[in-house]
Amino acid sequence: MFADLPRRVDVEAPTVLEAIAELDRRWPGLRDRLCAEGPSLRQHIHVYVDGERSDLATPVPANARLDVIAAISGG
Amino acid sequence: MPQTVLLVGTRKGLFILESADRRDWTMRGPLCESWPIYNAIIGEDGAIYAAAASEWLGSSVWRSADLGETWTQSSEGLAYADDSGLKLNKISSLAHKHGKLFVGAESVGLFESTDDGKTFSLVSTLDGAPGREVWNDPAMQPPGHLGISAIWPYDDSPDHIRVIVQGNSIMDTDDGGKTWTPSNSGLRREWPAPEDDRVGFCVHKLAPSPDAERWYQQNHVGTWRSDDGGSSWNEISEGLPTEFGFACAAHPHDRETFFTTVLDPGHGRTMPDGQVQVWRTRDAGSSWQKMTKGLPGPDAFVGVLRDGMSRDEQDDFGLYFGTSTGQLFASLDEGDSWTEVADYLPSIQSVRVATVG
Repeated sequence: MFADLPRRVDVEAPTVLEAIAELDRRWPGLRDRLCAEGPSLRQHIHVYVDGERSDLATPVPANARLDVIAAISGG
Repeated sequence: MPQTVLLVGTRKGLFILESADRRDWTMRGPLCESWPIYNAIIGEDGAIYAAAASEWLGSSVWRSADLGETWTQSSEGLAYADDSGLKLNKISSLAHKHGKLFVGAESVGLFESTDDGKTFSLVSTLDGAPGREVWNDPAMQPPGHLGISAIWPYDDSPDHIRVIVQGNSIMDTDDGGKTWTPSNSGLRREWPAPEDDRVGFCVHKLAPSPDAERWYQQNHVGTWRSDDGGSSWNEISEGLPTEFGFACAAHPHDRETFFTTVLDPGHGRTMPDGQVQVWRTRDAGSSWQKMTKGLPGPDAFVGVLRDGMSRDEQDDFGLYFGTSTGQLFASLDEGDSWTEVADYLPSIQSVRVATVG
């Protein structure tokens, strides 16, 4: 869906939500795939900041690692 | 040379079948990156629009201007306000008229796009409509979560629209969605009436005939006919083996002829007696014919979902239906006989047909 989206991207953002917003600026429409109304993370989208399960309000320290994982399961 | 194009929405993507003679078909798919496709249409602009709803990634409308060779998708604006208390769980219906692409959703809402599906805006959440206050309670949302399961924009005005609110009501607006009127008079239900008894009817599928006054309906409880444009309904179930069903279609040129696919009710919801079958009336429901020639059985337990049947507009029109077990059938003689067009597809959610070229 986002053919040119690399596995690793460098962004500067104070929170998870703003990091996603920055990704959406570069890849329009990406936010809608990760977030629902609220805003809130979609149920099967898991976000980890330096390995800790996080939500949209979680601060993202400088040089932190932010993992966005689609917990896709089922048939 | 004109081609007949079948758009088959499945749980695992869109499939496109094309034929010059409606006998030999070529198939492409799965398209749309195998997203679940709940509805797909060819718009007034000739583009394919597909309503896709992923449990993981949300909903989006896919568009192809070249009959499925390349695609774009967008969900910009296809959401409720953060403070609305509503969540867009799924988009399930599409219609294209008056230069607008309409999209139906759950939580119950109608969206539109005026720029070929690039962006969307909310038309109405049917505020003020009878029963509206309970529709979006998750405890009250019907399984399937279709929300607005069908949309008919009328020819006379872009503000004149009919929708089905899944599990609740037919609703009409003639002011662009500011106000809505239920059109369920005469229908019956087998469960307690809600507080406002004008609603609470489980309308599965509507099939308008070529006569604007004549509509047909397959309901959770009964098969129905309207002679006043769908304002009121008369039951025509007598002669059918069950009163439950989903998919149906009206003859494109004869107001008296209608086709339906009734199913055993309850958990099964497959065609009766393990026989794939289509029922036809030629006298607006006074009598019925059971058609099985070329359809599998016994021991064929298949169902057809509400958008799983369609017909083209040609004089010798083709009638098509797709099953929830992935078979696609076609008839070129008004249902007298059938051929299997495809098998081993993912569960089919919708079938639409158009003639292009």
